[in-house]
Amino acid sequence: MASASRLSSSRRRSTRRTGRRSPLATVALLAIGLVFTGSAYALFTASSTTDSASAVSQESVEKGSKLFAANCATCHGVGLQGTETGPSLLGVGAASVDFQVGTGRMPLQNTGPQAPEKPDQFSEEDVAALADYVASVAPGPALPEEQYLDAAGDATRGAQLFRINCAMCHNVAGAGGALTEGKYAPELRGTSAKHIYEAMVTGPQNMPVFNDTNLTPEDKRDIITSLKFNENNTAPGGAQLGDLGPVAEGLFAWIFGLGAIIALAVWLTARSN
Amino acid sequence: MANDGSGSELLPADSSHGPEVNPGTAVLSRDRSDNPGVPPHRPRVYDLDPKKNRRADLGISMLFYLSIVGSIGAIVSYFVFPIVPNDQLSVRLNTLFLGSFIALALLAIGIGAVHWGKALMADKEGIDIRHPVRGSEATRERALEIFDEADKESGFGRRSLLRNSLIGAFVAFPLPAIFFFRDLAPRSNDPAAALSHTVWKEGTRLTRDPTGTPILAADVTLGSVFHVIPEGLEETDDVLEEKAKAAVLLMRLNPGDLNPSAGREGWAYDGIVAYSKICTHVGCPVALYEQQTHHLLCPCHQSQFDITREAAVIFGPAKRPLPQLPISVDDEGYLVAQSDFHEPVGPSFWERRGDYNA
Repeated sequence: MASASRLSSSRRRSTRRTGRRSPLATVALLAIGLVFTGSAYALFTASSTTDSASAVSQESVEKGSKLFAANCATCHGVGLQGTETGPSLLGVGAASVDFQVGTGRMPLQNTGPQAPEKPDQFSEEDVAALADYVASVAPGPALPEEQYLDAAGDATRGAQLFRINCAMCHNVAGAGGALTEGKYAPELRGTSAKHIYEAMVTGPQNMPVFNDTNLTPEDKRDIITSLKFNENNTAPGGAQLGDLGPVAEGLFAWIFGLGAIIALAVWLTARSN
Repeated sequence: MANDGSGSELLPADSSHGPEVNPGTAVLSRDRSDNPGVPPHRPRVYDLDPKKNRRADLGISMLFYLSIVGSIGAIVSYFVFPIVPNDQLSVRLNTLFLGSFIALALLAIGIGAVHWGKALMADKEGIDIRHPVRGSEATRERALEIFDEADKESGFGRRSLLRNSLIGAFVAFPLPAIFFFRDLAPRSNDPAAALSHTVWKEGTRLTRDPTGTPILAADVTLGSVFHVIPEGLEETDDVLEEKAKAAVLLMRLNPGDLNPSAGREGWAYDGIVAYSKICTHVGCPVALYEQQTHHLLCPCHQSQFDITREAAVIFGPAKRPLPQLPISVDDEGYLVAQSDFHEPVGPSFWERRGDYNA
């Protein structure tokens, strides 16, 4: 560091002396820059390309294409262009497919206000193949990177972001809640970090999209951290009663608390036998 | 057993059907049923069976010993289950055991005492005659005498200057409080003006809640929802009060889905619309946005607003649509407000004009 600054200062002194750079300086600078950025790029993308490169193989795309034609094309169209019964999947990306199929929401069991979560009917490889196929037709949000799914971020900050952006629908404890006309925000406990991340990026069904400029990947990591913290730690307040909020808790207090008080009052005033 | 009306006597319940009551001038109905009195006294098992009596005696003392156990248990659990920082389970166990043992200690004393009173203490039933409210004639005359005497001796009736100035002093004494407590009211003297305006003004940037970073129009992709506070909110005097009025929800729809009314065509920017987050019913934050139906749901009382029709109320107790914040972009592409809201946000108040949407 020190020698480099000394070098550059001597260079500056020499250029000031001659008034012009060596003709080779530009070429050398370009070469150094190219080598540096190239190696840095290779270094930084190495981790992410290793798994995605192996995942997106031609074989996987072809397998996905067949699975799509057999399971999805009826509603979403053979070319992903959508039909009267299902929306277009052009540009929804691998993240959307992985969320919808990975949580069992797709293929849709029956029409209703909302596609419910149900046991996943595909293997992990099949889901990955479907995702690869849909992403290969038109690009969209990719699968989240592992580094944001470790639930090791700032839980306090994540809880604040969750309270502002998510808690009004999903309940402050992630217990879910009702929306309009039979729709609902599902419970978040037990949902994997990957699926939470994908839901934020893609905005499935009536959930709004939280893109990376609204909630940065770091924000999303913190939100997942706070959700996982609540999920993995015992609530300090005792019985949670489903974390459903003041209605459930009030009902419990009124029935059992008031019931106990009434029972005591009856016993107090009853004649001893 | 004479009744002198003083109410100090306790009449045995089975001696008569209550005392004779002077009906006075009250109209008596002819088919009046006789006072049935209290049911006959029934001796308790504890009085009849000495074995049961002994058992109750033992049981009650056991309850009191149980209370001692509860108290000791509370002390022990305080040390056995300490609150460890960053361990939520320890908090739960600490409160659970402390509370259970203290409840046991207190409840056992209470239940034991009541059981003692009901089962073992003397079992006598009686009627406590209601005490007459009116004093005897002699008492009443004596009271008047005392008043007259006090008036004469103090000169309260005679020295009118003294008396009136004293009354004046008592009236003046609470007056300072009016001025002290007046200052607890909102600083602006006109609450209607405070409710009618927010910190939004022309050129105020829309920023993210809670970071306060400005939002590029390009950041708001289709189906996105941003929770927005005005730039510089943190520097205002009453941050929470201002936030409670200025909170905004930012959404992007297909421009074709929006149906702006005349005069409001320029309030959106390329399908991006900003609406007040404060429900017009009682002021809950309306932020449950469904990106496919474009409905906004208020979680408190289920009011629903349709964003495609300028947040018109489609369900629930809210009466007015959510006020829209007119927005545009500045030179750098950041979203800014064109002006303040054109009507007061939130629920109705007494002085609210009725002609905002006329």
